[in-house]
Amino acid sequence: MKAPKFSYVRADNIDQTLAMLSEHGEDARILAGGQSLIPTLNMRLSQPEILIDINRLDALKGISVKDGMVRIGALARHAEVASSDIIAGHLPLIAEAIPHVAHIAVRNRGTFGGSIALADPAAEMPACALALGATFVLQGTAGRREVAADDYFLGLYETARKPDELLVETLIPTEPAGSISVFLELAQRHGDFAMAGIACVTRIDGDRIIDARLVYFGSEAKPTLASNTIAAISGKAWSEATQDDANTALARDLDPMTNLQGSAAMKLHLQRVLTKRALDAAIVRAKTA
Amino acid sequence: MSEETQAITLKINGEDVTRTVAVRQHLVDFLRTELGLTGSHLGCEHGICGACSVRVDGQVVRGCLMLAVQADGAEVVTIEGLTETGEIADLQEIFVTRNALQCGYCTPGMLMTIAELLRDPKPVSRDGIRAYLSGNYCRCTGYHAIVDAVETTLKNRLKG
Repeated sequence: MKAPKFSYVRADNIDQTLAMLSEHGEDARILAGGQSLIPTLNMRLSQPEILIDINRLDALKGISVKDGMVRIGALARHAEVASSDIIAGHLPLIAEAIPHVAHIAVRNRGTFGGSIALADPAAEMPACALALGATFVLQGTAGRREVAADDYFLGLYETARKPDELLVETLIPTEPAGSISVFLELAQRHGDFAMAGIACVTRIDGDRIIDARLVYFGSEAKPTLASNTIAAISGKAWSEATQDDANTALARDLDPMTNLQGSAAMKLHLQRVLTKRALDAAIVRAKTA
Repeated sequence: MSEETQAITLKINGEDVTRTVAVRQHLVDFLRTELGLTGSHLGCEHGICGACSVRVDGQVVRGCLMLAVQADGAEVVTIEGLTETGEIADLQEIFVTRNALQCGYCTPGMLMTIAELLRDPKPVSRDGIRAYLSGNYCRCTGYHAIVDAVETTLKNRLKG
């Protein structure tokens, strides 16, 4: 359980980081919070030549809000997100999700940007970012570009980020008035990796579901926007008939992975259970909002 | 590839320490093998069990998921330092009287995590205590006595 040999550089600025990424490409790994990277090193599941430690890059820190857009710096720790008034006030979906992210000692080190860059299929923050229509800012030696969350998550641990690019920040529009968000997940123990989970943002007009974005994670290779299910419930009341339609459509949206935590059939069942719980909760929240 | 090393200077339990470390060495291996601070334990070495918990710059972290070289310039407090300051003397006493440990392997990590909960004491439910300690595994006690000890210490501090 000891890491293999590697070189280590503590980056002093973004330009130096990008130059090193450009030079070493896939042989380099960015070391942010290290809460996923260091375990893979200790278990020798990965063997990079060089670690580029970005923990002292102040430009990547902080959480701010301006003109209806929340900026979460790549190095914002999960604990910082959890205690942020900006997140609590403008992104209640993330505020609800963050206690599910691992445990206190991991949240003290792990970063929002690291979670987005790694794109673990069971991770909470990628699902929230997709549900909230986030934009990721990637920087390379050629300049900066913005990638919508819809175009960013490509597959299992696979994203639109190129090996020579650094994720510098995430931009998320503040949840508008009247928007209802619900986050639910099922894990074997508190803080464990999710077996199934849903990040849901919607509006409720009377008893009708409008503009829903349902994102599923844990069961899938990547956070998945359930377009068939969304179409099946859009504009309808959350009746038993609508719930049946949602259950049918969800089988077309999801392709759950069988693993030690359960079979594909069980995970599809759990995601259906969470869909009902999430929309039941959304309707209750809309009444009390 | 040869073993790459770097010099680091950090404060450990209030004392300045300068050493040259292999860049791949994690913080708890450094504390245990270079400094003889064996109170921080290694269980899983991949961030699951919590036995290696130490305080870095005021926050509890996994000592196995941080490289020693990353702690350059940091203030590190281990269970030895925490015990010496008396910050959790009440908790440690209640751990003993309530039998909140058996083999004791998880105990230093447990105490480091609970210390963070106690630093700003406010009422926490038993479920809340369990959630806070969910990243620290104990294979002996079944947790019940640990939750009792935390609950009692919290109540005492809130009264005090």
